[in-house]
Amino acid sequence: MALLKITSPHMSSAGKTGDVMLTVVLATLPGLALLTWFFGWGNLINIAWASLVAVSCEALVISIRQRSVMFYLTDYSALLTGVLIGLSLPSLAPWWLTLIATSFAIIFAKHLYGGMGQNPFNPAMVGYALVLIAFPVEMTSWLAPKSLPGNDQIPSFLQTLTAIFPFVGGEAVDAFTMATPLDTFKHKGEQLAAQLWASEPVLSPSSWLAWQSISAGYLLGGAYLLYKKVFTWHTPVALLVAMTIISGIFWLIDPDSYGSPLLHLLGGATMLGAFFIATDPVSSATSVKGRLYYGAAIGILVYIIRTWGNYPDAIAFAVLLMNFAAPFIDYYTQPRTYGHQISHQKTRSGQ
Amino acid sequence: MANKSYQEIITDGLWTNNPALVQLLGLCPLLAVTGSVVNALGLGLATTLVLIGSNLSVSMIRHYVPDTVRLPAFVMIIASFVTCIELVSQAFTYDLYLSLGIFIPLIVTNCAILGRAEAFARKNPLTESFIDGLMMGVGFTLVLLVLGAMREIIGQGTLFSDMDLLLGPIAAGWKVTLIDDYRGFLFAILPPGAFIGMGLLIALKSIIDNRIKTYQDAHRDRSSVTDRRVRVTGEIK
Repeated sequence: MALLKITSPHMSSAGKTGDVMLTVVLATLPGLALLTWFFGWGNLINIAWASLVAVSCEALVISIRQRSVMFYLTDYSALLTGVLIGLSLPSLAPWWLTLIATSFAIIFAKHLYGGMGQNPFNPAMVGYALVLIAFPVEMTSWLAPKSLPGNDQIPSFLQTLTAIFPFVGGEAVDAFTMATPLDTFKHKGEQLAAQLWASEPVLSPSSWLAWQSISAGYLLGGAYLLYKKVFTWHTPVALLVAMTIISGIFWLIDPDSYGSPLLHLLGGATMLGAFFIATDPVSSATSVKGRLYYGAAIGILVYIIRTWGNYPDAIAFAVLLMNFAAPFIDYYTQPRTYGHQISHQKTRSGQ
Repeated sequence: MANKSYQEIITDGLWTNNPALVQLLGLCPLLAVTGSVVNALGLGLATTLVLIGSNLSVSMIRHYVPDTVRLPAFVMIIASFVTCIELVSQAFTYDLYLSLGIFIPLIVTNCAILGRAEAFARKNPLTESFIDGLMMGVGFTLVLLVLGAMREIIGQGTLFSDMDLLLGPIAAGWKVTLIDDYRGFLFAILPPGAFIGMGLLIALKSIIDNRIKTYQDAHRDRSSVTDRRVRVTGEIK
């Protein structure tokens, strides 16, 4: 492609794919730090293990495909996939769970479709959805956050390590696990929302603080990525606004049975999804208007699946569903070339 | 049309034109019931019997049915055979009949059967049609079995469990537990596991076909190559 010769001032930005991916990995740090502070070492160990698996699988498949291993490894996309999987799995997820999710993400969701830039689905979310469907029990038990009064059982680094890799030996961890806020809210049954907030320990102010802070951490990381112009604001803002609107409408109609917008925005993986997952440049919509539709549809789908579906959180399913729709969205949101009509309108009017 | 030799019909059904791996017909039952070997075998046998019956009947009436109404006639024939099979399985293997559920009546809609009636039996004599039906059925059943075994091993860690539902009390002890204390991999039992397993089988067939082709190319008599003129651009004087 011939590059346009534009006169100064020139804007310098992250040029190589590797730089972009590393910036994204860097931006997960605030969220990761808070996650580690509240839930112990589990996610850190998971991320290290998932990244190791991801990079090894990537290297293996690339060498089978007879491409240049170092060239593809230094775009760090496999590393990012590993980090995202490690962030989204529960902190005490056993080693084989992470192994299955990550290897499936890299080998099946990425390389069987042609590798970097060719995958129609977000690899990390394919891996996550796979283990969520296959191992629902392991995927829904979270540790109780450290900020909860009376919870002095956050396992130490060594305990966490032996809980994740039990064959290393050591004593079984007797940690205090509980459901996520969204899961608790989903299974509240006949209880009113206000009673639930008052009675459930996971929704008590001290525990809610943990979930809220982690979401705020991801929001901070996302803001940094926006500042670095890694992606444009359209997808995440559309996602968050759509989710706020739809959850706000139902909450205003019946605040006793529907969760507040705050619960939906901060209580689950919404922030992680909005800034780190829905913005994947390969599998999301690419036109500017298309990104608005794409983000908004994810926000609405997440709310629908959370409220009326079978799963408490739904970022993975919503993102995968919209990945299906991204080419379709792009087709109908082609930007108009100056001086021309949009192509499909032209065919419709029969010219 | 030139009739195919029996050998061609057999290799077509089992490999080169396999209904499941190449024609990709009958995917609905293929993906839905291959959660275990016994289900796969039950449905494979039922499909094979229907295929043979429908191919034979269609071949017999091929000179009398006008082209314009052939499809309704074929569907009627297939539906009658499916009803027979359904009643037979209900009578003799009632538990298997229950576990296969709607997929036995749905054999009517299996395009592999109508496809063979339309593409083969309607144009060929009785013996050829019989062999074609048998071989297509066996080819389909083999794929079902491999897929069923794959999904049963990955999904439950066992092989040949519940075979007595189909084969009677002799098979009660056939269950092989490959992995002790296996906690199960639900994904393999669910439909996505079937799609992925099917994709892997098709890929495997392509690999084998490519290997065979390169082997044949390497060992072919080179005389046919040497007398071909090679055209070179440039530098011709």
